[in-house]
Order: sequence, then C-alpha cells, then structure tokens
Amino acid sequence: MRRRANLGAALLALLLLWLVGWPLLVTLAEALEAPHWTLRHFAEFARRPEEWAALWASLWISLATVGLAAAIGVPLAFLFERNEFPGRRFLGALVALPVVLPPLVGVIAFLFLYGESGFVARSIQALFRLEESPWRLTGPTAVLLVHAYTMYVYFYLFTRAGLARLDGALLEAAAGLGASRHTVLTRVTLPLLRPALTGAALLTFMTSLASFSAPYVFGGGFRVMTTQIVASKLNGDVAMAMVETVTLAAVALVGLALLQRSEQGRVVAGGGRGVAPARKALGRSRWLAAGFGWGLAVLLLLPHATLVLVSLVPRGTWTIEILPPVLNLGNYVSLVTETERLRPLVNSLWMAVVATAGALVLGFSAARIAVRGKTRLGGLLETLLAVPWALPGTVFAVALSAAFSVHAPWVGRFILVGTAAILPLGYMVRNLPLTGRAAFAGFRQLDPALDEAAAALGAGRWRRLWRVDLPLTAPAIAAGASLAFITALGDFVISIVLYTFETRPIAIEILSSLRLQETGAAAAYGVVLATLSAAVFFLWGRRGQVST
Amino acid sequence: MSTPLTPTLSPPAGRGGEFLVLEHLDKHFGGLHVTRDVSLSIRRSEILALLGPSGSGKTTVLRTVAGFEVPDSGRVLVDGEDVTLLPPERRNFGIVFQHYALFPHMTVGENVAFGLRVRRGSDPAGVRSAADIRDRVARALASVDLAGFEARKVTEISGGQQQRVALARALAPEPRVLLLDEPLSNLDPSLRGRTRRELKRIIRAAGITTLFVTHEQEEAFELGDRVALMHAGSLEQVGPARELYEAPASRFAAAFIGRSNVVPGTWESRGSDPAGVRSAAESRGRARLPGGAAWPAVAAGDLIDGSPVDVVVRPEALAFATARDGMAAQGSVVEIRFAGRETYFAVLLDTGVEVEVLAAPDAAEVGWKVFVAPATEGPAPRAYPRIAGDFE
Repeated sequence: MRRRANLGAALLALLLLWLVGWPLLVTLAEALEAPHWTLRHFAEFARRPEEWAALWASLWISLATVGLAAAIGVPLAFLFERNEFPGRRFLGALVALPVVLPPLVGVIAFLFLYGESGFVARSIQALFRLEESPWRLTGPTAVLLVHAYTMYVYFYLFTRAGLARLDGALLEAAAGLGASRHTVLTRVTLPLLRPALTGAALLTFMTSLASFSAPYVFGGGFRVMTTQIVASKLNGDVAMAMVETVTLAAVALVGLALLQRSEQGRVVAGGGRGVAPARKALGRSRWLAAGFGWGLAVLLLLPHATLVLVSLVPRGTWTIEILPPVLNLGNYVSLVTETERLRPLVNSLWMAVVATAGALVLGFSAARIAVRGKTRLGGLLETLLAVPWALPGTVFAVALSAAFSVHAPWVGRFILVGTAAILPLGYMVRNLPLTGRAAFAGFRQLDPALDEAAAALGAGRWRRLWRVDLPLTAPAIAAGASLAFITALGDFVISIVLYTFETRPIAIEILSSLRLQETGAAAAYGVVLATLSAAVFFLWGRRGQVST
Repeated sequence: MSTPLTPTLSPPAGRGGEFLVLEHLDKHFGGLHVTRDVSLSIRRSEILALLGPSGSGKTTVLRTVAGFEVPDSGRVLVDGEDVTLLPPERRNFGIVFQHYALFPHMTVGENVAFGLRVRRGSDPAGVRSAADIRDRVARALASVDLAGFEARKVTEISGGQQQRVALARALAPEPRVLLLDEPLSNLDPSLRGRTRRELKRIIRAAGITTLFVTHEQEEAFELGDRVALMHAGSLEQVGPARELYEAPASRFAAAFIGRSNVVPGTWESRGSDPAGVRSAAESRGRARLPGGAAWPAVAAGDLIDGSPVDVVVRPEALAFATARDGMAAQGSVVEIRFAGRETYFAVLLDTGVEVEVLAAPDAAEVGWKVFVAPATEGPAPRAYPRIAGDFE
C-alpha cells in the first residue's frame, strides 16, 4: 500500500517539477545564455539605470501599499468586528466584495470614476469651467491608490478573522489588572493579532509585487518590474526579459523568506481559545458608526457602480456631458450577438474550466497521496504546489513562454506558445496553490479513521474515494476550485504574455476596447466578468468557510 | 424489544478452538519498537480485552489485526487463514473506532447500510436486494435499541447513541471478528457503566469473536472473558480477570491492576508456611521489612535468600494489628479516604514508606499510632525481585 503511494507520489512530483520547476530553470538558463553560460546580461541589467529604477519602484510601491492598505483595512475590521450597529453584517460583507473581483475590473472601474475623463474629473471640470481635466490619474500615486483600493480587503479580512478568534478573557484579564483601553489595545490585542497582520502584510506585499494591471494601465512612464519585463519582451529584448524575470523571482522569494522568518518561533499563547469578546452595542454613536459604515461602503462600491453605468453608454454618445445622455443595453447585446465580441467570453470560460479542472485533479491527487499515503515525498508535493504563489504571474508567464517555444521533446520542451493549449496551461500552473492548499486543508481536516472505517466495511480504493473522500472534502475543494476559476476567468498577467488573437480572453479584450475608445464595451465585459466571479464565489467559494 | 444479531454463516472451528491467532507480531515505527513478539490466541465467540497504559502498543496490535498496519514480522490467522497481508477491505472484520468514525455526510441508516451495500454481489451470504439491506439495517439498529433511527443525522444524536450506531454498522455485515478501540472512552463517565453492560449484551447476543482495546481496568474486567495485559510493546500476562488481580505475573501487572502497596524488603525463603512450594516459580517465604517485621509472601519468580525484593500487597490484604505481632510494622495514620462501606487509611510506616489499608470506617483516626500486618484473608502479598531504576 505504502509502495503504491510512493510510486504515485514520485510520478506526480515529476509532473509538477515539469510544470512548475522546469520552466523556471529554462528561464534561468536562457538568462545565463546557456550553453555559453555568461553573466553578461546580468551585467547589462546592472548597468542600466532604468532597470534599477523599476526594481526600486516595485519594492517601494509594494511596501507603501502594505502601509496604506493596513491604514484602511485594520480600522475597518475593528469597526465591523468590535461594534454592533444597524446594517453591520450586510455592510461588513459588502466591504469585503473587492476580494472576489478580478484586479483588472477594479482598475478600469477606478479609471472610469477617478480617471482624467472619469465622472469626478468631468464634474469638477464642469463645475469650475476648467479648460482641461483637473488631474491626470497617472504615475506612482495613481498606482498606489488603485493598490490600496483593491488590497485593503486583505487586512480587513485577516484582522476580522483574528479579532473573532481572540480570547475575550485575555482582554478582561488585562483590564482587571488595571490596564487602560489604550494599553489593552497596544499590549494585548495588537500583539495577539500579530500573526493575522503579518499574514495580511505578506499577502499584500506579494500581490503588489506581482501587480501588473494597475501599473500597466495607470503607470504611464512609471515602470515597475512586471511592466518592465513585458516591455522588454515586446521590444524583442528576450535575454533582458529573462534576466528581469529571474531578478523579480529572486526578490519575491527573498521577500517571502524575510517575512516568514520574522514570524518563526513566535508563539501566541492563548490565541484561538476561549470566546471572542462581545461586540459593543454603541449608544447614540451607533448611528454615527452606521452612517460612517454606509458612507464607506458607498465610496468603496462607487467605482463598480460607475462601471455598470458606463457599460450602458452606447459608443460615441458621451462626449462632453457630465452624465451620459443615452443609456441602453446595446453593449451587452453586442457581446452575445457579434461573434468576435462573444469569442473572448467563450475563450475565457472554456480555458478557465479546463485550467481549474486540471489544477483540481493535480491538487486533489497530491493532497490525497501526501496526507493519506504518508509518503516521504508529501512535503515536496506540497512545496511544488505552493511555488507559483510565491512568484509573480509575470515570472511564470515568461518562464512558460521560454520553456514551451522550442521543440525538444527529449528534454520535456514542446512548442505550445501560439497554440490554444498554452493559456489554460498557464492558468492551471498559476492556480495550483489555490486548489492544492484547499485540497490539503480538506484532507487534513478529515479524520483518517473515516477512510479506515470504510475500508474495514469492505470498500475498495475507488469506492472510498467516491463515497467518503470526495463528499467530505467537497466544501474545501469547491472553495479552492471556485477561487481558481475566478482567477483564471479574469486573468490578465499570464494572458498578456501568452495570448494569441484566436485565444484572447476577456481581460485582453477589455484592454483592446479601451484602446479603441470603446469604453462601453470594455465596461460591459468588466460587468460580466465581475458578475460571473461574484456568482461563482457566492455559490461555491464560501462552502469551505462554512465547513470550517 | 431488541433483536439479537446472529451470524448466518458459522465458520468451522480453528485449531484447538483458537479462532483468531496472533503469532510473534513485531512492529517498529521509525526507531521505536512498538510491538515486541506478541503472540495471542482468541477462541471463537470469546471476548478478549487488551489492557495497558498509553503507549503500551495495544492499539498497534489492534490495527495490525485490522490490516491498517503490516507487521515487520509475525502473522495474523483467522480460522487458520493467514490474513497478515490481506487489505482491510477483504478481511470482513467489524471495527468500532475510538471516536466512532461515523460518516458525517450520511444518515444513521446510510452508515449502517454502508458495509452491506459495499459487499452486495460479492458476499457469499447471498445477493442483497435493497429491501434486504433495509431489513438488515433495521435489525442491526434494533439490536442496539435504536430502532427507527434510520433517517436521523449522525451529528444530531448523543455520544452514547453514536457509539451504538458505530457498533450496529460494524456488526451489520456479519463480520468474522469484531475489533473495538477504546469504544467507551468518549462517553461521559456516568454513561459508561450502563453502556458497558449494553455492549456486552449485544456482543454476547451476536456471538462474535471480539478483541477489545482499553486502558481502563474496570472495562477490561467487566467486558473481557480474558484480559491480555500489555506493557512497553510486550504481553505481560493473559488470563481471566481474577487471575490477573490475585496472581499478577509481574511487578508491573501487580502495580497496574487494582490498588496496591509496594513495600521494599529482603527475601527469606524459609517462611512460616512449610507446605508453601506451589511451583518452581511460586514458592512461599517471607519478606523482612527494614523495621524488622516479617511479612509472609509468595515469591513471584526465582528469589534467593537475602536478595532485595518489592512486596506488592493489596489494601484489603493488610489489616491493623497489635504490637505483639511479629509481622506488624509500625506507623501512623496520615489520611483517611472514604470509599463507602469501607475506608482506605493511608499509613506512613516508620520506615518512610506509605501504605494503604482497607478497613472499617471507625478502625482508626488521623494521627493514631498503628501497627500494620498482612490480613488472613485477601490475596497473599507477592514478592518481586527489585530491579534497579524500576518505577516506584
């Protein structure tokens, strides 16, 4: 039995090494100009000031995003978790909504509201009778604003979860020992929340470092590493693109290691036990809190409301007016009636389904073999599944394009770039951490005695898989799969490096529509994408949370 | 009324009435030797309790019998058939897990039907139609006094009911052997006594050969026809409960089973009982305590004159005595532990050893100077060779 698990684990590890590790190695080899093995491209990288500027920009933007997102997300979490006021539950869920929306949707929604020709700029321009738009939403400030808007939710969710797990008795003990509210907050509550805050900081940092759509759309001349890589690649400077990719991967891994090391050995005693402190039922101020909460929710959802409004504007009907003069469903109708407009939708759907299915099969198989089979390769399988999370999507896109643009079957390289297979493959590799982590969590929560009980009652391997493992891990698997599906459906980072005209997905079509000044069509795609993503998340994505 | 489950297939008797045989089972986990040369035979329809402290290897033995672990060496035989390498799903054993392992996504009825549905078509007992399965599920549930519980969710019933569902699920496919892994440990102490008796009634009614793991002596004694005591991976002693209590084969067995006092002394083979030699291993003599008192004792193992021994004596085998008695050791009562009709008196002997004496509640008061000596009734004190570094 153990031998069979070891064989399965070895085959799976080989497959994952081929999918995850091999493209990265090929990228490194190309950056070193194998088989000549030279560091001249790295030297060239070090000589160019624009490369250093992009690297520095990636780092400071990511650190600033962490600070800004924490400044918004943490107080919001305290407001919604520690106080009781009318509409708290509904608003609390609403505020978390951006987490399920594809980043590009948030970016274009922001553009339509706060961009130089967005609602706010138009209104101010009209109000003060200005010659031109009062601002240009471009450069690092714009990128930072969009990042804060799309990533505060990590701090919000992590801090709320941390507060909900807090043992109220610890706070009461501190108060009983004479600590003031401020002392309780700084000496007890925040130190206990440290793992949650570090987790949120890590996630925000990594997401920001990997961010592509915001700097691509709002960056202007301001380059970060992800946009620099794509620019180098589009300019035909492939070797430099490889060096930049390797550098970004190294920075991501170092950042990850540093952040993880800062938390090692830190044991939070008492965390997760006891009952969370009761919410304060605010007196008169609860109406103030409710008003603040409602106002904030409106502010945070305004960009998406704008997106819906813009999607109803027919092409060429909105020029200098503050509000669009004509609204109809024409953009949506053309999405389904015009073959070329429907194609990106169909492409994204089938590619997301295939990629999710693949990632699901690999994640589930690895988790079942690693957790059940107690194989020595379990740790390797789990690490391989997690690697794509630690590296920016651009890194993987470039790595896949490097590995699969050459026909050399004897070293595991095939020409997939330019075919319909490469994008689903890219999405699948990117989504391995989501399905893998969900499957591992599902199996670890499962009492191994259930499998043994089924075996003792005469059930063979397949029946145990079908009747016990699948139904019991289904909530976790569904949560992981729905997140993977949403990510693949709205992907922009992988797509912009690997798409072809025939396989162009929704995100690429949104960008093309914007370039062609078809803002209504771009917004309609955005609304469809956001609606599909939210529907999938609310139907299946929350089942994992319910089961835990 | 409950309907007893009776196996429809009665397998032929094994050699010498032995139905489940474990031969020289040995198992390592990494560098840890968890099972050491365990050999054991269980007769058809016998209930054998595998008793031992945590980490003694009893659960590993049970899991090896079930097929979840493969021994490094040794064999498991059922009715003469070697099943050592047979996967669990092909052994036809019923297992009740410590936490029951009821499938949470199935109802009570679906849980009990699981083993029947799995075996449908492949079972020599005959093709089982849906109606047949329903009937067997109903009978299995009735046998554990849960008739009509088929549609209930397993998460909505009490711990005691879950335990009985687990038993019904294990028994429904009419297994050859029933294995129970601490099945009562999850229950409220107030429920355990009653559940234990019900469990015994159901197993007896099914007439099934049963191996039952527990660390609770009371459970082992009440449920088991025989008790196998394990310690550090090895079998210490196998026998009826009374034998384990009255004639423990080792100092560990003596100390683990029941309440006992351990008093150090020196062995003197020419004791007061001239007819004393029972066997080579069990001769009578006496143990000289440091204060001069000499307690008659049975030598457990080979003892030579003057060798240091530990005398193990039950509280009920000690009594308060007079100073004139040459067997009496002097001490003072330091604590009284009330236990119903009789009371345990903790007596600190002048030699510094504390012993417990079971006597009438008014026999002494705290602070009294008393003399303690072996009683004329109760299990005789047993002397074991003292091993350096042994437990207290």
